[in-house]
Amino acid sequence: MQLTERHKEYWSRNLKITAVLLFIWFVVTFVMGYFAVPLAEINFFGWPLSFYMAAQGSLIIYVAILYYYAKKMRQLDVEYGVDEGDL
Amino acid sequence: MSVTASSNRAFFNQLRKYYTWYTGGFVAFVIALAILEQLGLPKVWIGYVFLFATIGLYAGIGIMSRTADVAEYYVAGRRVPALFNGMATGADWMSAASFIGMAGGLYLQGFDGLAFIMGWTGGYCLVALFLAPYLRKFGQFTIPDFLGARYGGHIARSIGVFAAILCSFTYVIAQIYGVGLITSRFTGVEFGVGVFLGLAGILVCSFLGGMRAVTWTQVAQYIILIVAYMIPVVWLSVKITGVPLPQVVYGGVLERVTGLEKKLTADPKELEVRKIFAERSADAKKRIEGLPGTWEAGKAAAAQKVADLRAANAAVAEIRAAEKALADYPQSADAARAAWTPQIASNAARSGPPLPHATPFPTNKTGEAGEKERDLKRLNFLALVLCLMVGTAALPHILMRYYTTPSVNEARQSVFWSLLFIFLLYFTAPALAVLVKFEIYNNVVGSAFANLPAWVAAWAKIDPTLMNISDINKDGIVQLAEIALGQDIIVLATPEIAGLPYVISGLVAAGGLAAALSTADGLLLTIANALSHDLYYKMINPSASTQKRVTVSKILLLVVALVAAWVTAQKPGDILFLVGAAFSLAAAAFFPALVLGVFWKRANKAGAIAGMVVGLGITMYYMGTRYPFFQKVLGLAAADNPLWYGIQPISSAIFGIPAGIITILVVSMLTPEPDRQTQELVEHVRYPNLKGDTVRTEAA
Repeated sequence: MQLTERHKEYWSRNLKITAVLLFIWFVVTFVMGYFAVPLAEINFFGWPLSFYMAAQGSLIIYVAILYYYAKKMRQLDVEYGVDEGDL
Repeated sequence: MSVTASSNRAFFNQLRKYYTWYTGGFVAFVIALAILEQLGLPKVWIGYVFLFATIGLYAGIGIMSRTADVAEYYVAGRRVPALFNGMATGADWMSAASFIGMAGGLYLQGFDGLAFIMGWTGGYCLVALFLAPYLRKFGQFTIPDFLGARYGGHIARSIGVFAAILCSFTYVIAQIYGVGLITSRFTGVEFGVGVFLGLAGILVCSFLGGMRAVTWTQVAQYIILIVAYMIPVVWLSVKITGVPLPQVVYGGVLERVTGLEKKLTADPKELEVRKIFAERSADAKKRIEGLPGTWEAGKAAAAQKVADLRAANAAVAEIRAAEKALADYPQSADAARAAWTPQIASNAARSGPPLPHATPFPTNKTGEAGEKERDLKRLNFLALVLCLMVGTAALPHILMRYYTTPSVNEARQSVFWSLLFIFLLYFTAPALAVLVKFEIYNNVVGSAFANLPAWVAAWAKIDPTLMNISDINKDGIVQLAEIALGQDIIVLATPEIAGLPYVISGLVAAGGLAAALSTADGLLLTIANALSHDLYYKMINPSASTQKRVTVSKILLLVVALVAAWVTAQKPGDILFLVGAAFSLAAAAFFPALVLGVFWKRANKAGAIAGMVVGLGITMYYMGTRYPFFQKVLGLAAADNPLWYGIQPISSAIFGIPAGIITILVVSMLTPEPDRQTQELVEHVRYPNLKGDTVRTEAA
């Protein structure tokens, strides 16, 4: 079938959301990992910041990313009429 | 509300009720056993009761979920609610390595071990953003199914089957190994017997009911494993910090550990012990350089000692010991070289100061050499994180779970639940490592050998590979350098360190068993399905009746399980190596082709086939020529095969993934674009519900 403009817009917004969340994921994982040595100087409630991030902080952010993604995409589905109805 | 919606809701409520009762029943069972223990039930019985009660329970669920329906057998009827699929994925995901080994790895490696924590959770972001919702929309049975449909013909599917079997089989060996280890430790049966006992446990779950049975047992197994992991850690946290939330308060404990590390690094008695290890290492080196003369001299000295003791009428025990030393002496100069070479490294390893737990990429070197080593460690850390993450988003037994939810939307939610349930264990493990480290640095170090903490004495007697402690400098006091730990002890001994009764040790064993069994279930099912569905039904006999397909699948499951158990009983390689290998193989083989298949319409058959072959090929080549285990098998010299950019072979996929992606891009651009039908398939999977869509992919 031929996709409408609305459909294309849905997909491009999906791509944008995916890209933003992926960027956050990348920064938390690799940028913070790359600068782990200088970040270890910062004390975060007893933990060196880089240790805290690798052991707990980044995990919390990953969970938050997935929560946001599921919620946002559901909204987007409904907004563009591509949702699966009340399943 | 539609009919499906209301029936789904009723099903969810029913499940919630069942599993609430189940959890309550399990807690009551543990309390009853604790009371029986106080009344004098022997420890070995507690071990047996846990083993047989939990396996019996899984068998019960397996039998209740028996089915011969294709959709039920392969994808649990596609009606597993997001939350329960999340729990099942959690159990499917967390293996013996996560449950038993990870906290220990963190204890031994400090910050650098956190690569596993990040890698094995962050990968779910890739699962959710790139794959789960699209695979659910596609809605077939296996991962090679997607490759087959998207890239047409049998070639892409066949490579998928090969890769799925390769990585799942490597991984399942590690799981069955864990099962054998736990059963043999807690019931005293032999390792080989333990393997086959565990195998029986795996088969009763999956044989009769396929994915449906595996799903519902995995939910049950998740509950057991998370309860078993949390209780001892919370208790230990109360003992050390007075607060029952280890994950929140261990920052302060970590500070104290860092303080103790500094003290122990400079302590004169510690220095004395480390010097002795340095001397032993140097001595081993000297003896090897002096071969064969040193071998003859050593042998003569050992014989002389026996003769001297006999002549002097020494105590029988002393003579026996000397005779044993003589009998154990290497039989030839070559044997001596083989026996002595590891002594150089093992003693040298114990001659260094304690590793600073909280410091990223620690090194003992200073100046430019230290800088260089730190950079190399950082590179390997980041490479490992990436490989584990991409591997997570490519392991077929995990991806397959997202075929089982009722809708695309629930698939997305389900990835969130999966990660949340996995997170509970993964953010606890680093806390456990720090708490146990504090206990050892603070209470064990400095105590007298005559009066060691009970758990140390007990474990040193049971298994010296897990707890090796001896008075090296003969001062009667424990120095940190005199303790050598195996990584599994951290989780296994926590109940005793926290001063809990033996029943909790039994619970931890049951949790470890649940972790290993649930992962093994998922993996064996993946292998059997790849063979029965993709190879037999799709390629060999497409006219097979549904009943025949399920029967073939069950028979194959049995065969694969037996082969896996047989291989495991041969004890190949170490567990971490097998697990790491599985992730790298899956990452390089599947990830590029799956993701580009959804996100790039232009990706075509030739590109995907070339990309998978190149990605998998490079990864296998690097692994095969750089892992010491394979070097030995293939007779390669380590010196002829230097590491590329210093990357450890566990992260082999760091070369395979980009090579695969680039190959798909280049080859696809050089060959004609995919036909209209394939492009419509891509559009079809991108939208949860497309009105007027004529593509039909979902199988019953």
